[in-house]
Parts: sequence; C-alpha cells; structure tokens
Amino acid sequence: MAVVQDVHGHHDHHPSGIMRWVTTTNHKDIGTMYLWFSFAMFLVGGFLAMGIRAELFMPGIQILEPELFNSFTTLHGLIMVFGAIMPAFVGLANWQVPLMIGAPDMAFARMNNWSFWLLPVAGMLLVSSFFVPGGAAAGGWTFYPPLSAQGGMGVDMMIFAVHILGASSIMGAINIITTILNMRAPGMTLMKMPMFVWTWLITAYLLVLVMPVLAGTVTMLLTDRHFGTSFFNAAGGGDPVLFQHIFWFFGHPEVYIMILPAFGIVSEIIPTFSRKPLFGYSSMVYATASIAILSCIVWAHHMFTVGMPTVGQLFFMYATMLIAVPTGVKVFNWTATMWRGSMTFETPMLFAIGFIFLFVIGGFSGVICAIVPIDIQVQDTYYVIAHFHYVLVSGALFAIFGAVYYWLPKWCGRMYDVKLANMHFWLSMIFFNVAFFVQHFLGLAGMPRRIPDYSLQFADFNMISSIGAFGFGLTQLFFLYIVIKCIRGGEKAADRPWEGGNTLEWTLPSPAPYHTFETPPVIK
Amino acid sequence: MTQGVTKINLEMLKKLLIFSVIMFGFGYALVPMYEKFCEVTGINNLLQPDVVDKNIKVDMTRTIAIELDANVRGLPWQFKPLQSNVKIHPGESLEVMYEISNVSDQEISGQAIPSYSPRFLEKYMKKFECFCFTKQVLKPGETRQMPVKFVIDPQIPVDVNTVTISYTFFALQPGK
Repeated sequence: MAVVQDVHGHHDHHPSGIMRWVTTTNHKDIGTMYLWFSFAMFLVGGFLAMGIRAELFMPGIQILEPELFNSFTTLHGLIMVFGAIMPAFVGLANWQVPLMIGAPDMAFARMNNWSFWLLPVAGMLLVSSFFVPGGAAAGGWTFYPPLSAQGGMGVDMMIFAVHILGASSIMGAINIITTILNMRAPGMTLMKMPMFVWTWLITAYLLVLVMPVLAGTVTMLLTDRHFGTSFFNAAGGGDPVLFQHIFWFFGHPEVYIMILPAFGIVSEIIPTFSRKPLFGYSSMVYATASIAILSCIVWAHHMFTVGMPTVGQLFFMYATMLIAVPTGVKVFNWTATMWRGSMTFETPMLFAIGFIFLFVIGGFSGVICAIVPIDIQVQDTYYVIAHFHYVLVSGALFAIFGAVYYWLPKWCGRMYDVKLANMHFWLSMIFFNVAFFVQHFLGLAGMPRRIPDYSLQFADFNMISSIGAFGFGLTQLFFLYIVIKCIRGGEKAADRPWEGGNTLEWTLPSPAPYHTFETPPVIK
Repeated sequence: MTQGVTKINLEMLKKLLIFSVIMFGFGYALVPMYEKFCEVTGINNLLQPDVVDKNIKVDMTRTIAIELDANVRGLPWQFKPLQSNVKIHPGESLEVMYEISNVSDQEISGQAIPSYSPRFLEKYMKKFECFCFTKQVLKPGETRQMPVKFVIDPQIPVDVNTVTISYTFFALQPGK
C-alpha cells in the first residue's frame, strides 16, 4: 500500500522511510498501520490459540505445563480482544470514516498518531510478559481477583498494557466522534450517513463511556496489589465480587464495541452486492442505538453464579434476552435487503453472508446462555467458548475480512486474486465450524474451560476441534499471502470496482490519493 | 500536512475528555454505590449486626445441631471455639465463645470472615454480636475470648438438622 500511495502523495513533502510512518498524521497511513498492527497481533494471538489446541489435541499433558497453558488462554483472550479485533476496527474507521463522510482527515491528526503509537508499546508489554519471572498473567482474560491479585510481575505488565490500550482507545474514540459530528461534507445530515459511520459513532460513544471504567478497575487492582488498598481483597474488607461487577460494566459494552462496527461493515457490503439500498436504514440506526443502550444494563449475566438474588437474575436475564430484538431487526433488514436483489457473490459478499449465518448461530447460543438455569449449567464450560467464538470470530473477524476485501482495491489500487480470496473464505468457513461447532457439545457434556486436560469421553470432539483450529490458523497465513500478492502487483482496480457501491469513497480514484476531499464534496 | 484544528473540534475534544475523566471517577464511585446498594438491600452484610424481631417464637419442637469451626489464614494466631458443637431450638438466642491467641512477638490485627454451611443459613442466622463485626488487634502473646450471640430464625427449612458456622481470620496489613 505504501508504495502506491507515495506516487500520489506528490504534492507534499512528508519524510520517507521509517520516519514517514513514525511521524505521519495522515489518516490513511495511520489506518494502514492500525491494520498491520492488528494483523501482527492476530498472528501472535493465533499462535497462542494453536498452542492451546495442540495441548487439547489429546487428553493428558503433552506440550504445555498447566501454568503456561493458563498464560496461553489468558493472553490469547487479551491479545485478540485488545490487540487484534479492536485496533482492526479502529484502522478501518481511520481509513474509511473520512472517506465516507467527505472529510479531508481525522479531526485531531496529531492525536491520531499518538493513539496508534501507544499500541505497539502495549503489545510489547503483553508479549514480553511471557519472559519475566513468574510468567505472563494466568488468571483468565477477565483477570478476576483473587488470582490477579496474586500473580507476579507479568500481571503488572498486563495491567499497564490495559491502561495504555485504554488510553489509545479513548483518544481514538474522541477523534472519531469529533470527525463524524463536526466534519461531514455539506449536505450530509446524520440520517444520510453510511451505516458504517453510524455504527462507529455509536461504538465510539460506548468506548468513551466504558474504557475509563476499565482503566479505573485495573488501577484499583494495581493499588490492591502494591499499595495496600482493599477494593477487592476480602481480608481487608473488600469484595472480589465487586471486581466482577465493575469489570463487566465495562466488559459487556465491550463486546458490542467489537460487534457494532461489524454490523456497519455488513450493512455496507450487503446493499452493494444486492444492488439495492439498505432495507430499513432508519430502523438500523435505532436498532444500533438500542443495542448500545441495552448493553449497559446487562452486565451481570456474566456472573449468574456469584450468588445474586433471584430478582437480580431475572432482571439481567430479561434485559439480555431483550437485546435479541434489535439484533433481530438488523438480521431481518439484511435479509430483506438481499430479497429480490440482483445478488452477486464476490468475496466481501461471501464473508458478509457467512457473517450473518454464523453470527445468528452465536446470537442464538447467546440467548440460550441468558437463561439463568441453563447458564448456571454451562457457566465456564466450552459451550460459552463456542458461543463467543461464533460472535467474535465468525462475527467480528469475518466482517473485518469482508471489509478488507471490500476496500482493498480502493486502498492500494489493485484487485486481489479473487479465486484465492474466495478459497480463503471457504477454508475459513469450513475450518471455523469444524473447530468450534463441536465445542457446543463438549460444553453441554460438561467440559470446563481453561483446563489443560480433560476426561477421556471428550477426546474425539477435542481432536476434531483441534484439527479445525489448525486448519483455520493456516488459512489465515494464506490471507496474508493474498493481501501481499495484491499489494505487490494485482490487476489495476477501477475507481468503482463494485458497480453497486454508492458511498463517497467510490467517487475517488483508486488508489485513494494521499490527500482527499480537501474541498468537501456536496451531498444533495 | 496537518490541517489546523478548528475551534469547534477543540470544544468537542474538551467535552469528551471531561466526560472520560468523569467516567473514570464513576468507576471508583461504583465502589461506594455497590456498598450502599448491598447495605440497603441487605445483600452481603457480613459486618453489621442483624435486627431481630422481638416477638420471635421459639420452636421447641425442633432441635438444630450447630458445629463450630475456626481457621486462621496467614497469621500466627491460634483460634478455636471453646465448644465444638451446641444444640439449640430455632428462635432461641445463644452465645458461644471463641478464643484467639497471638503466639508471635508482634502486634497483629486480623479480620474474621464468616462462612456457613448450608450456604442459605446466612438468611436465617441472625447475629446481634460478633467479633467479626470489627477488626481484632492482639498484642504479642495476648489471648482473648470473644462471643458470638445469635438466633436461628424458626423459618429455616424443616429438613435442616445440622449446620456449620465457620470463621476464618485473615491478616490485615499494618496501619489499617
């Protein structure tokens, strides 16, 4: 991508080589860096996942000692959530939000640079925590005390990494909100904004709402560990359950932070390849907003087993099930958009349809988990693992793949190898289901999560799941190859590579010039 | 390269930053809010005496065996109940004594945390006095006897014949 953009960045003098990337304030450069960073983290988190599945390939302890296995599961979760999925969405927002609203750049270009360059620091902290005495954090990605109050230096490094990532996200979110609210092209009213921009606006508000709370939580944990406070320390009058309440007050909106932009991406792709406007645009906007609001009042469904009063369980159960309503509105709208459209099945469309299909499965298992008696049964089993991988991998990640295949021609001016890209989709689709579908059965049969060994009756399904996971992992290296091949020398892409694409970015040349919309377009 | 940051964008930045700082504070505010919530709703009130209905009826037809247990975690104390089990009728008030002694040569403070079996006993166990309501500070070599006064609510399910009341002392950091 860099090569191509340089040609077009002729009329200004930015430093070349590495300094260009260190000092850049250009939203396209920063978006590119976010995307590469998140892909690097995706490979690291993927490596950890491969380690976990290799250990679970057979019963017994083969590769990873239990301590290290716990670190693997913990860091896999943290790196995938904070290092891969979230930065990938921020990268997409950086690239696409200014292009889609006709703004020349992000509102605070310098701050944008800072919020990116905080990320590698946090990533290094997380990865290097494996090599300090005591090893990396091992208390699960949710770092519940008392385990997280006990671990060694690795836990402190994790806490600092979360601080830094939080600061980065807050800055990114502030930037996105300001850009969207203040810098839209003349004539683009809020209700004319593309869905991707809408979902990011709402996501960014969720970020400034809950990321500071997470920062507060980890600060309390830090002072409990080192400065003698007792927020979560029972012996000093604190309460470990309090941690869970505060953590999930952040944690539940967080899962919507990771899925709302995906909804936005799918809402762009489906109309383009159905050659019809999005069905029920305004209901999509309201559904997104309702999901965001509801997401703030359902946190305790993660902790039905801590011993809360029945009234509390009922409230959180019903509130959780209510989220299925706006989500259902979205799924029906996508389906209605495709209904009688002139559909074609290019790679982005395949990922979008795969997203709808698999995300709905994940959504249903979510409604099942919301039912208190069932949740008490499946709490901390592989059923929950299967559920959230269906919404995060085949949800968030598939949407990111779809977005990359949708916008890559615009970003680098070249078309990828469609055959290979379609193969990437089908391999991902098959291996994903092989890896995760069987985990539903394992969970229902009672296999607990975060344990390196299991009883013999779980052996067959675990082996199947591991084979699927290895296949899925290898397939993602194939994705890297497709993207590099495209950047190095794909076929030249048209300005409007998808004839159904109607948003502003398609009015620009491909590749998008280094500076765009310096004079804002006028929207009628 | 950088476009000038406009005034209305700076306004927005200021508002959003203030909002973020408020939310950071809100994270901390959740701590007293939860405490208050639990106090008002009566969840988790391990450290307050219970209010007991004066007209509580003693159910002479039932007898419940109570087993008393004591543990220390991470501090050089000896801690034991002076009687390992007692029998009472539901509704009858009872006092049992525990003894702690500090066998080290330092002044140490500790906090006792109760735990019950079966777990729902918490709902029926009404304590007016307990050494667990406050921290205990013991001088080097000091021994102290401390009471727990309580009744068991006659509402307790009829199939419960034996219950266990257990206390664990945890060390408190100096200066607390």
